[in-house]
Amino acid sequence: MRITEHPILDAPAYGPLVPFTLDGQAMEGYEGEPIAAALKAAGHTIHRYTKKRHCPRCVFCAIGRCTDCVMVVNGEPNVRACVTPLARGMRVQTQHGVSARKEDTE
Amino acid sequence: MSHYDMIVVGAGPAGLSAAVQAASHGLRVAVFDENARPGGQLFKQIHKFFGSKEHMAKTRGFNIGTALLQEARDTGVTVVLDAVAVGLYPNREVVVRAGGAVRHYKADAVVVAAGASENTVAFEGWTLPGVMGAGAAQTMMNINRVRPGKRVLMLGSGNVGLVVGFQLLQAGCELVAVADAAPRIGGYGVHAAKLARCGVPFYLSHTILRAEGTGRVTGVVISELDAQWRPKSGSEKHFDADTICLAVGLSPMNQLLRMAGCAVRENGDVLCYPFGETSVSGIYAAGDAAGIEEASSAMIGGRLAAIGAAHRLGYLDAQTLAAEQARLEGMLQSLRQGMFAPQNRGKAAQSTDEGCPLSSSLLGQGYLRDDEIANYPGCKQAKGVHPVIECTQNIPCNPCQDVCPKGCIRVGANIVALPVVDKTATCTGCGLCVAACPGQAVFLVDEDAEPGFALVTLPYEFLPIPKAGDKGTALGRGGQPVCPAEVVRCKSASAYDRTSLLTIRVPKEMGMRARFWKGGAA
Repeated sequence: MRITEHPILDAPAYGPLVPFTLDGQAMEGYEGEPIAAALKAAGHTIHRYTKKRHCPRCVFCAIGRCTDCVMVVNGEPNVRACVTPLARGMRVQTQHGVSARKEDTE
Repeated sequence: MSHYDMIVVGAGPAGLSAAVQAASHGLRVAVFDENARPGGQLFKQIHKFFGSKEHMAKTRGFNIGTALLQEARDTGVTVVLDAVAVGLYPNREVVVRAGGAVRHYKADAVVVAAGASENTVAFEGWTLPGVMGAGAAQTMMNINRVRPGKRVLMLGSGNVGLVVGFQLLQAGCELVAVADAAPRIGGYGVHAAKLARCGVPFYLSHTILRAEGTGRVTGVVISELDAQWRPKSGSEKHFDADTICLAVGLSPMNQLLRMAGCAVRENGDVLCYPFGETSVSGIYAAGDAAGIEEASSAMIGGRLAAIGAAHRLGYLDAQTLAAEQARLEGMLQSLRQGMFAPQNRGKAAQSTDEGCPLSSSLLGQGYLRDDEIANYPGCKQAKGVHPVIECTQNIPCNPCQDVCPKGCIRVGANIVALPVVDKTATCTGCGLCVAACPGQAVFLVDEDAEPGFALVTLPYEFLPIPKAGDKGTALGRGGQPVCPAEVVRCKSASAYDRTSLLTIRVPKEMGMRARFWKGGAA
């Protein structure tokens, strides 16, 4: 899903490729890009499930406004994946309601 | 508590403009922005802007953003990032949360330029992953450089829907359709025409009935609406799609202003007086936070707020203020003209100011019919190479006139007038007008280039860039194949700013019909 060449834009100034985990699974993304971008590039679309009806949600506004994309990051819930920069070794978990599921924990 | 002459909330086009203008008059200014990067939404605007030279027309949005950031550095404006303004009090006290701490700041003037948020519309399945704002898709592809999806349906045919739709194509996505509940395309016809000639269908008087899929969007069903805006049964159309973009308007982010007690108009917008000052003295609104327009107006609005504040604080004398105000308001006025101006919203004009009939095909299908072209003053046939300007609505824009070194194109002092091609002037085929037109509505046509053939030069902003000798198909204004075509040349130049000028050879009678190119056979 990454755009490698573009008619108008120069190649992006990516940071180094760094490892992180999603629900304990090894992933890779560019340091400094939004967590949501790294997940999208890997084809992953579900960031969280709502508390009452367990409906899947993903990025909706992509600018940190709507909070639809929140996930559990390094143990902290409700982190906006669309505006939070990816860092080496980050522990990203799918959010269920307002927390991660035990089985998604390493 | 820290004190500044002026605090600006929001480092987008309006806020940065306010800050640099105020700093240039000597005010000590701080800008707070909740994002990690300044520029607001300017850096995802990769298209060329409309307007005139003074509005930086024909410059791409992200380049305007870069220039504005440089100006902020040059004027010594402090921009504090990752800093969320969470409170504003009538005594011009601003509460900012940053780095886990909450701090209070005081200023003699506060400009709220917090921008806008995208509106949504609810339908069955609208919360599924894959349904997103059009602006979200734009952020993903132009900032994050990730495609929002492979097959996209756009709901909303205003300029946001049309511009983002085109950018989706540029990013390599497929745009299966543009749908809109309104009976007419809401944005500029030239933006719609860019999509139509690429083969994108428009469904007016249609809305989304449901998004299909369980874990994510796998399809979408749209339906035609009757005169009472109710879905017509039996008119459902299904599209395979993994993404649905919503371009259904924007709402001002004016919560801080409401918190400070600023008076609000009936439509919910904050009441603004000259210079964008609100009912609370010393508190100003600028850009989309003051009322939804576009980035060029936002930048002028920011500067107006700054001169108002500068005068109030004694940094600008009354005479200079009046002169600057007249200049800036004049610039703003010139953008607020034409058939898309705020005062003309909702009015269904039948003809242009010049009396040319508006094309119902353009408003309904997104393109001019071949037999309508001759109705417009930019589309006259002539001997030899000449520009054909398919600009048929009164919109505030005149770069075509500015760039022509031979005086072939005249818009005149009124920048919403339709461009007129002067047949007595000699076009040299330089193509500057083709590259400059933000609507990609200018073509060079030469029906006498070679016996039996015409050469058509069109603006091209896709990859791969075609090469001389490439064989393919010429597409008509509606994206339908019209004839075989061969690439004669594809020119790029820094003056064209990443728009390539693609010249194709087509049979002579297709000179006024071929408007796009597709490699390979039809």
